[in-house]
Amino acid sequence: MFMVEKALVGSRRYWLWVGGLLAVIGLSFIAYLYQLSHGLGVTGMSRNVSWGLYIGQFTFMVGVAASAVMVVLPYYLHNHKEFARMTVLGEFLAVSSVTMCMLFVFVDMGRPMRVFNVFLYPQFHSVMFWDMLSLSGYLLINAAITLVSLHAEQSDLHPPRWIKPIILLSIPWAISIHTVTAFLYAGLPGRMSWRTPIMAPRFLASAFAAGPALLILLCLLLRKLTGYDVGKKAIQGLSVIVTYAMAINVFFILMQLFTAMYSNVPGLTEEFQDLYLGTEAHTSLLPWGRISLLLMVVALILLLIPKVRHNERTLAAACVLVFSSLWIDKGVCMVVCGFITSPLGTITRYVPTLPEMTITLGVWAVGAIMVTVFYKIALSVEIAREAPAAAAYEFAERSAAAGHAEILSSPGATGGSHA
Amino acid sequence: MKFTRREFVELSGACLVALSGRKVLAVFTGAKESEAASTGEATSTKKRLGMLIDTKKCLRAQNCTKCIEACDQAHNIPVFQNPAHQIKWIWEEPFDDLFSPAETQYLEKDRKDVLTPVLCNQCDEPPCVRVCPTGATWKREADGIVMMDWHRCIGCRYCMAACPYGSRSFNWVDPRTGLKTLNPDFPTRTQGVVEKCTFCAERLDKGQLPACVEACPEKAMVFGDLNDPQSEIRQLLASSYALRRRPELGTGPNVYYLI
Amino acid sequence: MRDRVWIVAGLLLFLAVITYPFWHGVEARATSQPPVLVLPAHEKECVAPISYMRTSHMKLLLDWRNSVVRNDQRKYVSYDGKVYDMSLTGTCMKCHEKKGFCDRCHEYAGVGTPYCWNCHVDPALAEVKRP
Ligand code: HEC
Ligand code: HEC
Ligand code: HEC
Repeated sequence: MFMVEKALVGSRRYWLWVGGLLAVIGLSFIAYLYQLSHGLGVTGMSRNVSWGLYIGQFTFMVGVAASAVMVVLPYYLHNHKEFARMTVLGEFLAVSSVTMCMLFVFVDMGRPMRVFNVFLYPQFHSVMFWDMLSLSGYLLINAAITLVSLHAEQSDLHPPRWIKPIILLSIPWAISIHTVTAFLYAGLPGRMSWRTPIMAPRFLASAFAAGPALLILLCLLLRKLTGYDVGKKAIQGLSVIVTYAMAINVFFILMQLFTAMYSNVPGLTEEFQDLYLGTEAHTSLLPWGRISLLLMVVALILLLIPKVRHNERTLAAACVLVFSSLWIDKGVCMVVCGFITSPLGTITRYVPTLPEMTITLGVWAVGAIMVTVFYKIALSVEIAREAPAAAAYEFAERSAAAGHAEILSSPGATGGSHA
Repeated sequence: MKFTRREFVELSGACLVALSGRKVLAVFTGAKESEAASTGEATSTKKRLGMLIDTKKCLRAQNCTKCIEACDQAHNIPVFQNPAHQIKWIWEEPFDDLFSPAETQYLEKDRKDVLTPVLCNQCDEPPCVRVCPTGATWKREADGIVMMDWHRCIGCRYCMAACPYGSRSFNWVDPRTGLKTLNPDFPTRTQGVVEKCTFCAERLDKGQLPACVEACPEKAMVFGDLNDPQSEIRQLLASSYALRRRPELGTGPNVYYLI
Repeated sequence: MRDRVWIVAGLLLFLAVITYPFWHGVEARATSQPPVLVLPAHEKECVAPISYMRTSHMKLLLDWRNSVVRNDQRKYVSYDGKVYDMSLTGTCMKCHEKKGFCDRCHEYAGVGTPYCWNCHVDPALAEVKRP
């Protein structure tokens, strides 16, 4: 396949990392087979909390996928040349996260063999149909863009002209995937904590904070481990985006909080009691909600201080905070929060089980391996192109030697430890 | 002009299509569908099956679970001790959980806790149908029953998130492990599909009443066509005050509670 | 030249392995019996001509299923004018038994047990108390 051979050379640490990921995938595959034969009853989900970690992770990853637009848009629409080296990394991250999204939906299905029924009997009134459609479309678009532009770079040509409109199309499409995902929740009459028009804007804001934060971390690690530098300006540019998005996200939360607490309508306050304030009965989400909120606020304060942002060490720390706080907020709390109080007023605890967490970790490992391989291919193409012809050889050698670059740069390293 | 939710959903769908410039065809099929729906609503020769539960009569026979037993037997409903895995088509809930808690504030405790049967409301605008990505659940035109096709369900559980009444159950484990005997007249379900009450569609086809209605010793459940002004259920609804669960959500539930 | 015997033996073994399916087929044709199906004792006719049933009973079942579940039609008029209830357990299984009929032929044809039985109840099982 396309340039796969570039991913097949690497140092010992590269192979150790890839091997480790493969082992995790293998283990989680066994867990999946167990779930397949025993039913979804092996997870912590229940009659009342009927969606859990899988769908939460799915929602979070849709955000990471959509956030590629935050490098594509400035680069192509506003001619921010400093993002040149970063766009392809962003797009590869998008491809990997969309794949993870699809896997998360798949492992959540009760009868996965029947998945094609979605396409055999399409229901235009179902948001899920549109979500599937927009996600598959987004995957195709980004796969096409990355392949074509890498190919062009490798042969030192300009990318063909027909790819430009597709790149432009990817911008509104990225917005659409997360908007439709928000509609998935916001359109349900009975779930008060989801049924708010701010769902889509808040999803987008948190996505545009978490995704670019992850990208910053990946770029910093790439530089540290392979010497490949996307440029300080690019990182600083992204960090401004993260700051704005995080500020807007926190602002949206405060707006929701005000509306709920001041109006004092029970259906609205419930969510925030579950997450932040606490009542006698609602306890299982409380620590998660509070930690997430605390991390969000700390991250925002850090990001707002220019000095902190300009120093890449502290920036990295802030990005870790951004990413993990939003991972908890969206990947754990958001979905479960809608189910904690059942339509009949029962409060149900939800704790993911070991098989469930193993499967989740496995999907993250798939994403990590995709990012590793994609970045390796991208780097060897870029580096070979940029180095003078004579040095190209040596460079390829060096990058192979430093192939462990990706060890820490994969999302698995950040997300897995929470799962 | 009345702008129904259905039209709104279709319009948003159409906007999505236009936005991304694909599947233009879907707009046309969508438009046709809504035409059919509006002409369909104009003719009122169709049935709209509904149920009335007289809670006073039900109260007379405390600890009676005959309706539930009849349903469980008729439909091979498994019994699981673990509440997470339970399957419920018709079951009982404390009275004050059915309606807004504020309305029962000063009710005596034992009136509050009176167990009252609940089941699928067979809504006029069922959210579960709206969200189902495969058409495995749909609203039957002829009599308004919200049907299930267990052969098509993929087990995504979107309908469970959508149902504001908690009327849907998922088969978290193989249901046959929770059954002592099998009733050959109705198939069991399989691990990984969602299920719910269908007003005994299979019995109605044979000219029988729903199993729960037939089993009730107090005749507390009245079943009939809400579109027929002469039907017993309509007569009762005309002469007494009845409640429905969460009507403010616009789902149009068809199960009424006489209090 | 001591290798020769090994080479020849190896070649023969290889030939034997590679032509095994052929010999197996010959043997099977000579020895195999069509499955002995337990046929209904008191009935002569199926719901459709036997040639059709033999090849297309799965299609008929799927048609029945769609018609019952999705179109609310439960009656089926057969080619000889009899009216049947469209039901897997209620009709087919009145005349046929699962073990000696459906299963035996499916096993012979190598199609496995259709997943329908995950839900549809074999009446022979229904009487048995399950653990
Ligand atoms: C998930 C469980 C499930 C599976 C698997 C399943 N069915 Fe069904 N089937 C049902 C249910 C429930 C009904 C509804 C019965 C009714 O309404 O009377 C039904 C109805 C039917 C009916 C019409 C009514 C009847 O009582 O038979 C036919 C025919 C049928 N199914 C055929 C099949 C066939 C053929 C297969 C396998 C290819 C199959 N089904 C697999 C659950 C299942
Ligand atoms: C009224 C009883 C009756 C019913 C109901 C019935 N069958 Fe039959 N079936 C028969 C008889 C009798 C034969 C053997 C006919 C013959 O040998 O000419 C037969 C033959 C068959 C055969 C061919 C067996 C062979 O020898 O190759 C199949 C397959 C079959 N039936 C399937 C079904 C299915 C599936 C159903 C339900 C849709 C069904 N039958 C319902 C009586 C019945
Ligand atoms: C004469 C042999 C024979 C008999 C008897 C028979 N079948 Fe079959 N059946 C087959 C064959 C062969 C196939 C596979 C056809 C194919 O795959 O195209 C099949 C396939 C099926 C399928 C589809 C399976 C799938 O996975 O798609 C169903 C359902 C089925 N049979 C039901 C029955 C039932 C119920 C009976 C008993 C009433 C029965 N069959 C009796 C030969 C038979």
